[in-house]
Amino acid sequence: MNEKIKKATRHTNQNEGLIFEKSSPGKRALDWPPLDVPKVDPTKLLGEHHRTSGVEGFPEVSEIEVLRHFTRLSTWNYAIDLGMYPLGSCTMKYNPRVNEFVARLNGIATEHPYQPQELSQGCLKILRLLEKCLLEITGMDAVTLQPAAGAQGELTGLLLIRAYLQKQGNARKTVLIPDSAHGTNPATAVIAGYEVQNIKSNADGQIDIEHLKEQVTDDVAALMLTNPSTLGIFEQRIPEIAEILHKKGALLYMDGANMNALTGVTRPGDLGVDVMHLNLHKTFSTPHGGGGPGAGPVAVKKILEPFLPIPVLVEREGGKFALDSQRKESIGRVKAFAGNFGVLVRALAYILAYGPGVRQATEDAVLNANYIRKGLEGVYDLPYTRPSMHEVVFSDVLQKKNGVNTMDIAKRLIDYGFHPYTTAFPLIVPGALMIEPTESESKEECDLFIDAMKAIAQEAAVTPEIVKTAPHTTRVKRLDEVGAARKPILRWKPEVKRSEAAD
Amino acid sequence: MRYLPKSPAERQEMLSAVGAKTIEELFHSIPEKYRLKKPLNLPAAMSEHEVVQYFSERAKENSDGYTSFLGAGVYNHLRSVITDTILQRGEFLTSYTPYQAEITQGTLQAIFEFQTLMCQLTGQEVANASMYDGSTATTEAVLMAERLTGRGRVLVARSVQPEYREVLRTYAKNSGLHVEEFGYTPAGTVDTKALSGLLKDDVCAVVVQSPNFFGVIETLGPLAESAHAHGALLVAAIAEGVSLGAVKPPSEADIVAMEAQSFGLAPSYGGPYAGVVASKDRFVRQMPGRLAGQTVDQEGRRGFVLTLATREQHIRREKATSNICTNQALCALAATVHLTLLGKEGLREMAEQNIAKAQFALGELEKIPGVKRAFSGPFFNEFTVEFPKSVRLVNAELLQEKIIGPFVLGTTYPELTKNALVCVTETTTREQIERLAAGVRKALAA
Repeated sequence: MNEKIKKATRHTNQNEGLIFEKSSPGKRALDWPPLDVPKVDPTKLLGEHHRTSGVEGFPEVSEIEVLRHFTRLSTWNYAIDLGMYPLGSCTMKYNPRVNEFVARLNGIATEHPYQPQELSQGCLKILRLLEKCLLEITGMDAVTLQPAAGAQGELTGLLLIRAYLQKQGNARKTVLIPDSAHGTNPATAVIAGYEVQNIKSNADGQIDIEHLKEQVTDDVAALMLTNPSTLGIFEQRIPEIAEILHKKGALLYMDGANMNALTGVTRPGDLGVDVMHLNLHKTFSTPHGGGGPGAGPVAVKKILEPFLPIPVLVEREGGKFALDSQRKESIGRVKAFAGNFGVLVRALAYILAYGPGVRQATEDAVLNANYIRKGLEGVYDLPYTRPSMHEVVFSDVLQKKNGVNTMDIAKRLIDYGFHPYTTAFPLIVPGALMIEPTESESKEECDLFIDAMKAIAQEAAVTPEIVKTAPHTTRVKRLDEVGAARKPILRWKPEVKRSEAAD
Repeated sequence: MRYLPKSPAERQEMLSAVGAKTIEELFHSIPEKYRLKKPLNLPAAMSEHEVVQYFSERAKENSDGYTSFLGAGVYNHLRSVITDTILQRGEFLTSYTPYQAEITQGTLQAIFEFQTLMCQLTGQEVANASMYDGSTATTEAVLMAERLTGRGRVLVARSVQPEYREVLRTYAKNSGLHVEEFGYTPAGTVDTKALSGLLKDDVCAVVVQSPNFFGVIETLGPLAESAHAHGALLVAAIAEGVSLGAVKPPSEADIVAMEAQSFGLAPSYGGPYAGVVASKDRFVRQMPGRLAGQTVDQEGRRGFVLTLATREQHIRREKATSNICTNQALCALAATVHLTLLGKEGLREMAEQNIAKAQFALGELEKIPGVKRAFSGPFFNEFTVEFPKSVRLVNAELLQEKIIGPFVLGTTYPELTKNALVCVTETTTREQIERLAAGVRKALAA
């Protein structure tokens, strides 16, 4: 194809239809141990509730067909195991396999959340050690491992703020959110019962302190800050920001999505942050799995500890641990049971593998981002020139001259063997290219990425059509998203006439 | 460090390329006084072997070797090794959310299949790609009903899983929702009279669970009618999805909130699981969570994309139907693989085995003097019994026999202090059931 594409080559790839299209009555994939108790008549027992035949439309296929089906599907995916994801703020780092192994151990994967606590000390010790490690990393005073994801962590954090302020007499009305924030921030603020007020970033991509002073009134409950910002730039005046808020009785929430730039180098607790969440599926290597599961622990300063969601891990006499749900001032339960325990196990395994040396990961992450920035400066427009930490944001301004935008460049990057970077975010950079390599990328992979991006910039200048119509080498070309939304087909149905299938 | 693919020489090269002499220079944007001078006080770095050792030791300090009769929202079911084989494929495990559809057709098609299976199971028309779990799915279903009706009162049956109700209350407090509970009858089903008393034209949702927390199967038709007569929606929560292999699906419900843990997900001390919200086509624009839709590419090939994203936080921000971003995709994949392996007949047979084993267990327990079934309604694989002695004391005795006894209902229902919730699945052997009965008999005789 194009000798500039070094990382990827086309290859024969298996087709596969929907599993329902392979279904045929009488085929089965699993066999059973025979019933060792007397058979019963379900109709007699369930009466009108009895679903007399199997679930209609459910597939009937053999074991090998199931295995082939999903294996073939998997080969259509890009993944970290195949190469770099330069996705900004996603921190797509290596998912260590030992984490998968330990999460599946008998005695770990098998435990029921309601089993006696004296038979769960292993689980509780794991939780306690993870808590201690996260407190050390963040420099905060207390932590909850309950929330199932970053967004739920954000909600928990805001509910803690609300409870604290309510106790003081006034929960207040507004949460300040920078215009560069991730969409979950404002969405969460609304669910927490707050109004959102946007804070503009200044020309350096930082919080405008003078505007902040004006905006922090007695009605403001908190500022939700991402640090480093979604531009990858460290919010230098964070301690000042914290002071401005605290003076007016408001609190500072830190969105910890970008913790990969800070771990081992600085601690949010030292900077004046009152409450923050972490994304274990980002900074702490738990797998993205195509969209979760994750975990979003929330770390707090002492003032918020009484309000932590239940259950709270406590240490009892004799060094025994317990989950305590009798907490008068708690905001309540945010999720059933004890958090995404399997994800927490993986995060702890990651931390234990690194130990205090986890700082090296942060350093490599920042080095990689800066190396890529250096390689692409001048090739792509750099709207904010302050030093980058673990991610860098370019814009498509130069390429737009030929009608090529960030989405096109991203799609062409696919032909070069990479997953796209984050497109069109943060919103404050029109036509953004947000790039975060993480520490998991070798110099070789970084060089391949830089070369690919340079080649695409060249194409955008000389042969823009090839970029605008990319990708060219994938199983499917650009998909009709407008059509998908206009006439949604959200499930398979036997009678629906389908358009020409890929198989 | 083995996870970092750089040699010292390469680091030097890259530093030079960047124009820095030391790595510290790259952190100068952090004010000096806040840069840590010492390493973090974390446990010393462990080799892979030591990591395995650490967790193996913790694993020994849990319930290995005990037989459990716990359900109450988390169920032990047979899992095939194939589920993990698929889940462990790096292209599924380490793949990102499928925003770039051309290189994530595997994930997207699997989600589409998941959505289809959930619709088939629940008798609903559309299902999402997952929520965190059953408790948050139930909560999101209620918030959806609130958006659809514009009303603020929610009526929840006390027979809904207690933690589901607690989570709903946590979320409700701040969205202006007013949650009220109504009770149950001696049959164990919801008290429809009490419900009628509460139902007015300001209710957005009536929430019930079936099989409910006591194991009893609810009759949803009349409940849906009552709700609809007042312009409210019926939300049906399902904690034990395997029941749908033998029990008619809640098609009368307007929104179903299901926990998919029973479909191939290990109990894992409470998570990760996968919740699902399923509902009618006409409500789809108010659904929370991701949706995968079928479409075509520029050359007419069938493909799949995330769709109706204007409902979601990354587009709609403050006005999103939910703040959810990361959901439980890999868990949903596990459920998809598991259900595909089970197939139509397999799920039905699994469900029937559950029923048979539970009936046998009830029979064995009822032979014990003083033990009887509480509640008379039909049940699936969980049932409530009454002991003449404190359930806690009985369970303490059972522990000596390495049996984890039934859930103590008195912990969350103060009026049910003598009652225990027994769960039996296809994984419970006859021998284990007989041992339970013998153990209970012994404990009561003592």
